[in-house]
Amino acid sequence: MSSVSATIQQVFNEPGCAKNQNKSEAEKKKGCTKQLQPGGAAGGCAFDGAKIALQPLTDVAHLVHGPIACEGNSWDNRGARSSGSQIWRTGFTTDINETDVVFGGEKRLFKSIKEIIEKYNPPAVFVYQTCVPAMIGDDIDAVCKAAKEKFGTPVIPINSPGFVGPKNLGNKLAGEAILEHVIGTEEPEYTTPYDINIIGEYNLSGELWQVKPLLDELGIRILACISGDGRYKDVASSHRAKAAMMVCSKAMINVARKMEERYDIPFFEGSFYGIQDSSDSLREIARMLIERGADPELMDRTEALIEREEAKAWAAIAKFKDRFKDKKVLLITGGVKSWSVVAALQEAGLELVGTSVKKSTKEDKERIKELMGQDAHMIDDMTPREMYKMLKDAKADIMLSGGRSQFIALKAAMPWLDINQERHHAYMGYIGMVKLVEEIDKALYNPIWEQVRKPAPWDNPANNWQNRAIAQMEAEAAALAADPVAAEKARRAKKICNCKSVDLGTIEDAITAHSLTTVEGVKTHTNASGGCGACSGRIEDIFEALGVAEPAPADPVLAEAARRAKKVCNCKSVTVGTIEDAVAAGASNLAEVTARTEAGSGCGKCGERIEDMLDELVAPLGTPAALVAAE
Amino acid sequence: MAKFVQAKKSCAVNPLKMSQPIGGALAFMGLRGAMPLLHGSQGCTSFGLVLFVRHFKEAIPLQTTAMSEVATVLGGYDNVEQAILNIYNRTKPEIIGICSTGVTETKGDDVDGYIKLIREKYPQLADFPLVYVSTPDFKDAFQDGWEKTVAKIVEVLVKKPEPDAPKNPKRVNVLPGCHLQPGDLDELRCILEDFGLEPSFLPDLAGSLDGHIPDDFTPTTIGGIGVDEVATMGEATWTIAIGSQMKTAAEAMQRKTGTPYRLFERLCGLGPNDEFFMFLSEISGREVPRRYRRQRGQLVDAMLDAHFHLGGRKLAIGAEPDLLFDVASALHEMGTHITAAVTTTQSPVFEKLPCDEVLLGDLEDLETLAKERGCDLLLTHSHGRQAADRLNIPFYRIGIPMFDRIGSGHKMTVGYRGTRDLMFTLANMCIADHEQNHDATPDTWKNPWDGDGHGHGTTHVATPAGAPDLGPAPSTAHH
Repeated sequence: MSSVSATIQQVFNEPGCAKNQNKSEAEKKKGCTKQLQPGGAAGGCAFDGAKIALQPLTDVAHLVHGPIACEGNSWDNRGARSSGSQIWRTGFTTDINETDVVFGGEKRLFKSIKEIIEKYNPPAVFVYQTCVPAMIGDDIDAVCKAAKEKFGTPVIPINSPGFVGPKNLGNKLAGEAILEHVIGTEEPEYTTPYDINIIGEYNLSGELWQVKPLLDELGIRILACISGDGRYKDVASSHRAKAAMMVCSKAMINVARKMEERYDIPFFEGSFYGIQDSSDSLREIARMLIERGADPELMDRTEALIEREEAKAWAAIAKFKDRFKDKKVLLITGGVKSWSVVAALQEAGLELVGTSVKKSTKEDKERIKELMGQDAHMIDDMTPREMYKMLKDAKADIMLSGGRSQFIALKAAMPWLDINQERHHAYMGYIGMVKLVEEIDKALYNPIWEQVRKPAPWDNPANNWQNRAIAQMEAEAAALAADPVAAEKARRAKKICNCKSVDLGTIEDAITAHSLTTVEGVKTHTNASGGCGACSGRIEDIFEALGVAEPAPADPVLAEAARRAKKVCNCKSVTVGTIEDAVAAGASNLAEVTARTEAGSGCGKCGERIEDMLDELVAPLGTPAALVAAE
Repeated sequence: MAKFVQAKKSCAVNPLKMSQPIGGALAFMGLRGAMPLLHGSQGCTSFGLVLFVRHFKEAIPLQTTAMSEVATVLGGYDNVEQAILNIYNRTKPEIIGICSTGVTETKGDDVDGYIKLIREKYPQLADFPLVYVSTPDFKDAFQDGWEKTVAKIVEVLVKKPEPDAPKNPKRVNVLPGCHLQPGDLDELRCILEDFGLEPSFLPDLAGSLDGHIPDDFTPTTIGGIGVDEVATMGEATWTIAIGSQMKTAAEAMQRKTGTPYRLFERLCGLGPNDEFFMFLSEISGREVPRRYRRQRGQLVDAMLDAHFHLGGRKLAIGAEPDLLFDVASALHEMGTHITAAVTTTQSPVFEKLPCDEVLLGDLEDLETLAKERGCDLLLTHSHGRQAADRLNIPFYRIGIPMFDRIGSGHKMTVGYRGTRDLMFTLANMCIADHEQNHDATPDTWKNPWDGDGHGHGTTHVATPAGAPDLGPAPSTAHH
C-alpha cells in the first residue's frame, strides 16, 4: 500500500488543482485518510472513481479484483458509448471467496487474466484493486507484471481501493496509473500537425459525437480521447499530440498537466456545453495548434465554421425564446457542469434561480458567480422541503439535476430533467444545446403536470400534504416576521456544517468570543467544517458578513513575504513575487511574463490577473515599475 | 431433479450474482421508518444505492459507516458508533438495520459487541431497535442476505407471546422471499383480505417501494411494516412463507411464538395456486371467492392459448434459486424445456427442478450454454441485455435489477392472475420473434436437413463453444 500512499500524496500536491493548492500542508497530508462522515456520507469510493474514469476505454477488458459486490452490484451501468468494441461493457471480476480471503487471491487473479486473454484477446487488461484484496495484501502490481511477461499483453494495475478516499481521488489515481503504465508506451502510425488529445471526456450518451464531426470537418484529429470511446492504442500513443483540451475541471487535471510537463503538450481547460463555450473551445484548439505549427489558415476555417454553426443553433433556439419567457430553472449539479450549463441555459433565455456548488471547486464557484452576477443565489445544501417549497412557490418552473434528487422534483409534481451521467440525451456542442432546449420545452409543456397536481377527488384540496406543507411554512414565516426575537433565533439556528451539526449562531459566537479570523480557527472552536469540509465556503461568507478580514501579520517583512507568496498561476505554481520580479526585470506584457515565468501557459485563466498586475506595476508609458520607483 | 454444478473458471464474466449485504439492506427497506446501514467503505453503499434507485426509480434510504483504510485496519467501533448517532439524531428513524461487508468481515469487526457497548454508553439507544446481520460479500449471494436478515428481524423484533396468550384467528404472517416484487405483495394482500384475513407482511416492500407519494419527505423508508406490528406477529394463527429461502425465518417465528408455518415454494403456475387458495380457504373457513374462481378459469384458458407458442421453446434462465425455481417450473408446465439454468447460490429447491443441471455461474456461462444448446427464450435480470442482443432471441427481464425498463416494481408473477399475464406476455414475445426472425421464406426449407431450424421445432445443432463475439451489437427490440 505504500506505493498507493505515495501516489496519493503526489496527487494531493497537484499544482494544477486549485482545491488542493488551497489546502494547508497538514490537510494535504490528511488527504487520503480524510474521514468521511459515518452515517452521513453519500457518493462513490475511490475504486468507483477510477472505474468511471477508465471504463469508457472501449477495447480494454476491465477486470475487478475483489468480492462480488464491487463489480456484481454495479457493472454495465455507465452511459458511455462505443463506436467499436463492446468489451468495456463486459463485467469481469475475480469474485473472490472465503478461501481466497484466507489464502490470498493472487493466484485467482493471475488465472483470471489468463482466461480473459485466451477468450477475448483484448489489446490490454486493466486490473482494479479493491478493499478486501488490498487488506489481505494481494500485490496486484506484481501479478500484472508477471501476467504481462507471460502473455505478452499489457496488463495495467489500477491501485485505487475504495477505502482510500472518495470518487474524485479515484479519478486521479486512475490518471496516475495510465500516466505510469500506458501513455507513451506505443507510437502512433502517423502524426499530423492537427493532432489533439481530449482529456476527461467520457462520451456519455455519445455526446462526443456531437462535436467530433466539427473537428473532422476542420481536419483536426482526436489522437486520443481519455477516455470516451477511446482505444488502448490511442491512449498509449497519445504523447505525440500537439495540444490537449481538458474537459472535466477536476477529474484528470493531473494527466493534462503531467503530459504537458513530460511531452510538451500544452493544454487548456474548456467545455463544449453551450454555444459560447463550444465556440471558445474550437478557437482555442485552433489557436494552440497554429502555435504548435499548424497552418494559420486553420483559424479562418474555424471562424467560418463557428459562424455557420452558431447561426444555425441560434435560429433553432430562437423558436423557444418566447416559450421560455419568464421561465425559471433550478439547477442542482456539481463540478464542471455547474458553470458550463449555467451559460448554456442563459443563452436560451431561461432565468436561473440557483445552482448547487456542492461538488464544485472554489474556482468553479467563482466562475458561476462571474456568469450569474455577484447576487447569484447559491444553494449549497437545500433540504428537500426547501427545495420543494422553492419549486412549489413557482420560483422555479423546472428543475435540472442529477438522478439522486429527481424524486423530490417528481414527487412534488414539477418538471424535471436529468443532466448528469445517467441521462439519456446528449447535450454537447451546438446541436446538443438545441437538444437540451428541446428537452426543457418538452418537459415544461407536457400536459401531465396539470393532471398529476390535481388532488384525488375524495381529498379536500386544502388539506393535501402539499398545501399543508406550504401553509405550515408560510405560517412559520409569518410568525417569524411578527417576532424579531424568534426570527433572530431562527436565523442563528440555520445549519452551516451538516456533518458536525453546527449552526450559524454557534459559529458567530465563536468568532466574536475568540476573535477568530480563519476557517481553521472556527474548526478548532466549533468543529464546523471538520467533516466533509464542504461548508468552508459558507464559513468564509460568515466572516465576510461579520466584516472580519484576515489580519495582516504584524511583522511587515513577513507580510511582504506572504503577499509575494500568493499564487497567481495555479497550473504552473507561479507566485506574485516571481511575476513582480519578472516585471522588474523587464517583462512588460502578458506574453513576456509568460515567456519568463511560465505563468499563464497552463489553462490560461490567470491571464486577466497578470494583466491587472501589469496595469499596476507598469507605468503608463511602459516604464517598468522598478525604474519609476528608482526615479 | 437438477444436479448442482459449479462453473470451472477463475474469472466471473458478466456477473449474475449480487452481494448479500445489499440483499440484507433491501429486507430492512420493507420496515417503516428504517435506515439500513452498511458497515464498510462508502462505495459498498453507493453501488447498492444506485442499483436500487435504478430498479425501483425511487429515493432509497441507505447509509454507510464510511470506513477508511485506517479505520478498517484499526477496527470500526468509532465508525459504527458515529454512524448510529448521526442517523439517530438526524433522520429520526424507527429502526436502524446494519449489515457487514467484505471489508469489515475480513478485519473481523465484532459488531454485536459494538452495539452492546453503544447501548450502554448512550441511554437513549438502550432500547432503540438496532438489528445487525453478518453478511460478508465474499460468501453467498443476494438471496442469502435477505434470508439471514428476515430471520434476524424475527429473532430480535418479534415479541415472545405470554404462555397462554390467545392467537388471533384472523391474523396471518406473510414472509415473502426477495424474488417477489412490490406488485406481487399487493396482489397477495388483496387475495388474503378477500378471505377475511389480516396479513402482516415482513418485509413489506409494497408499503415502502411501490412508488406512492408520501405525506412528508423523510430520509428513511416511507412505509412498510412498523416495528410495533412486527413485535405482535406472534399473535397470528399462521405464518405463510413464500420461497424456500423463507424457511429459516418461518422456523424462527415458530420457535419464538409457536405460530405454525406453511411454506409455499412457488406461487406461479396453476397447481401451486390451487394449493395456496385451498389453504387460505381452510384457515379462513371461507369458500374461495368468486373472483378467484373466475381467475382460475382465465388462467386455464390462457394456458391453452399460450401453449402453442411456449411449448417446445428452449429456455435459458439465469436467476437466484427461488425465482429460477418458480418461473422455470411454471414454464416447464407450459411445455417449455429448461435447457440452460444458471444460478447464484446453493438451495434445496433444485432437487425438484425439472431439468438436468443447474450451474452456479455467471451470464457468460448462460450465454455460452444458450448458444450451444440453441435456446430460443432468455429470462434473466437486465444485465442479460447484451447476451440477448448477441443471441438475438426473445428476452424477458425477471428479478433485480431491472434498470433499463420502467415499472419493474409492479411486475407480477403470483396468483392465477399473475401467472396468466406472465404467460400472455411470454407467448406474445415468442409470436413477435417468429414474425420478425423466423417466418417462412421460399428458402426456409431449401436445405431442410442441415442447420438452423429456429422456432420450427427441428433439432438444434450445437455451435462451437467459446466467448461471445464482442463486435458492435446488433440492435434488436426486446420486451
